[in-house]
Amino acid sequence: MAIELRVPTILRTYTGGAKAVSGDGVNLAEFIDNVNGTHPGLKERIVEGEPEELRRFVNVYVNDEDVRFTGGLKTEVKDGDVVVVLPAVAGG
Amino acid sequence: MIEKATVDAIVAHARRDHPDEACGVVAGAEGSDRGTRFIPMLNAAMSPTFYEFDSGDLLRLYKELDERDEEPVVIYHSHTATEAYPSRTDINLAQEPGAHYVLVSTRDGADSPAYDGPVEFRSYRIVDGEVTEEEVRVVGSYAETEGEH
Repeated sequence: MAIELRVPTILRTYTGGAKAVSGDGVNLAEFIDNVNGTHPGLKERIVEGEPEELRRFVNVYVNDEDVRFTGGLKTEVKDGDVVVVLPAVAGG
Repeated sequence: MIEKATVDAIVAHARRDHPDEACGVVAGAEGSDRGTRFIPMLNAAMSPTFYEFDSGDLLRLYKELDERDEEPVVIYHSHTATEAYPSRTDINLAQEPGAHYVLVSTRDGADSPAYDGPVEFRSYRIVDGEVTEEEVRVVGSYAETEGEH
């Protein structure tokens, strides 16, 4: 078992075109680090700043819950969870 | 290429939500480059100068598209006081390189159903911060263009 990351079209350049990749971790931050180890470059498209935070215009969901409401990068994850990344559709 | 009924639906949505910006997508079969399903979205920002799909709506939308083997062929929004050209914010935030970004302007009275002049309706590709305008060809239905190349 592992945790699945669903990759949006614009980030599939980092996954060789794959729509989903998998990784491990106990929370979202660890999971993203882990996936970035196998698919370098993914992380900086999702996370920014110091201390690290989710990018404002990238939405991340764990099992359909927007992580902004569940602790952000500290959101706990476990085997079998599905993490979805979706770029915001927004503009001015 | 886009069907007249879809153009009309987008313009009607933009007028309805004026003075706030309206937004939505036209979904179509993956790889077809034909938007067939008009899906108006809520502008969670409810603003005359900004639009953003609600995060929950966004997730539901993409799940539904995925289940139906569709993709967002068109992503549209309105400008309510400026021309139908991508703003700096539009360019910075555009993250669907495969989509046609359609802009409609409801400025100068074009929001009124009584307005009978042409409504600015323009389409762009926005890839890596680069904007390329493309011609909009309005057809009665995609079926009538079959056989064209």
